[in-house]
Amino acid sequence: MSDFILFDPMFRMPFLIGLLLAVGLSLIGAYLRMREEWLAALGLSHMAAAGGIAALPLGIPTLVGALVFAAVAALLKGVLPRASNNHYGLMLLLGWGGALMLAANTHQGEVVGEALLRGQLYFTSQPHLIAAVVLLLVLFASLNWLSPRLLIERFFPDYFSANRIPAWPHRLLFGALVVVAAVLGTLAMGAMSAFAMFFVPAWVAFVLVRGWRRALMLTVAIAVIAYITAFVVSMLLDQPFGPSLALCLALTTSLRLFANRAARLSGAPGE
Amino acid sequence: MPGNHNNLPLLTVDRLVAGYTGPVVGPVSFAVQPGEVLGLSGPNGAGKSTILKAITGEARRFEGEVTPCNGLTVTHHQQRPELPPELPLLGRELLRVMSADRRDAPAIIQPLLDRPINRMSGGQFQLLEAWACLGGDAELVLLDEPTNNLDGDAMEALADFIRAARPPRAILMVSHERDFLQANCSRIVEVSHRKAET
Repeated sequence: MSDFILFDPMFRMPFLIGLLLAVGLSLIGAYLRMREEWLAALGLSHMAAAGGIAALPLGIPTLVGALVFAAVAALLKGVLPRASNNHYGLMLLLGWGGALMLAANTHQGEVVGEALLRGQLYFTSQPHLIAAVVLLLVLFASLNWLSPRLLIERFFPDYFSANRIPAWPHRLLFGALVVVAAVLGTLAMGAMSAFAMFFVPAWVAFVLVRGWRRALMLTVAIAVIAYITAFVVSMLLDQPFGPSLALCLALTTSLRLFANRAARLSGAPGE
Repeated sequence: MPGNHNNLPLLTVDRLVAGYTGPVVGPVSFAVQPGEVLGLSGPNGAGKSTILKAITGEARRFEGEVTPCNGLTVTHHQQRPELPPELPLLGRELLRVMSADRRDAPAIIQPLLDRPINRMSGGQFQLLEAWACLGGDAELVLLDEPTNNLDGDAMEALADFIRAARPPRAILMVSHERDFLQANCSRIVEVSHRKAET
């Protein structure tokens, strides 16, 4: 019976959407961690949840409301000369508080709010699939151009202004990728599980391997394995998907215990 | 290295007053010629680093002009570069993004090429970042306190990096190590505390 449910065609599209998002969110999460902006994912996913609920009284699709709120928050962040995790923390508070207040004062808001905060992967449909495919295509098509610029900006922050090279194209593209990923992740997995997908895989992978490319590959591998495990467990045990995913990802952090061994094998700092 | 600048200054700083919310340094004037190593010396807090940041556009210019020659390429090795605690980027990967992954990297840099930066000491990372700036194609290299965290061998290696620079490459260097400046600069400009405005 369980096997039948697991391989039911009805669940194929949600499974595929989640799989694509696991790859996209974790990869973007690696760059957020490199830029020390990982809290942005939590702030934006909660702003997306607030936007999704605010869409109800406005009569617009949830996806559009979530995108507008997250994009406005990202734009405001972009205006700040030195956005930091303090600002993302504030974004999180505004998003969380706003989402719950809107939910409490909107017709059907509680139901939608619950779905956005906990995730509704099984109810995702073709528009989500198209959006997830577009996200991954844009991400992979731009990564060779985007990655060195993000790395240069991390280590030599005034490189672009010193050479009169406009920095806004790569900042805008990366910001847009983060916003779209946060919105899709929130709609499909729930705000906290989407954040976990941004946050955990890179945190684990970065201490286990040497080299940026390997770290990116391990980040995606951890995300995909945790996602598939959570999907199967939640189906077999009839558990909610969002919390199952967050817990599976949290369990992978035990791999960080191997980091000290890896460091000993490859040489301690300053050796 | 691109560009033929016909012995015109690579950079002219003319009566520059720079700072952040308010002026910190200036007015100060100097020009950086192709091939020279120009040192900025002065007491702590005089605003030497602010001058470099005004050149890169990171600090605010209140008065005066900073005029780079046409198409000037610049790298800036900042004071106390932060060593990210858990970033597995290899030394050679950092050099590659700055187009400084040369086959003839100095011997002291070689062991760092395949080491993740999160497993480097502060001094090793400082030296790698300096080479990321000096090993690339930039015509003007700004070095801000490049001797911080460096032991004797590393300081000697840094001096070799600087001496290996060839025209039109020029270096503008800030350091509190007066001896290091005198040994490695072709010219030194003194920067003094800005007088309080009344």
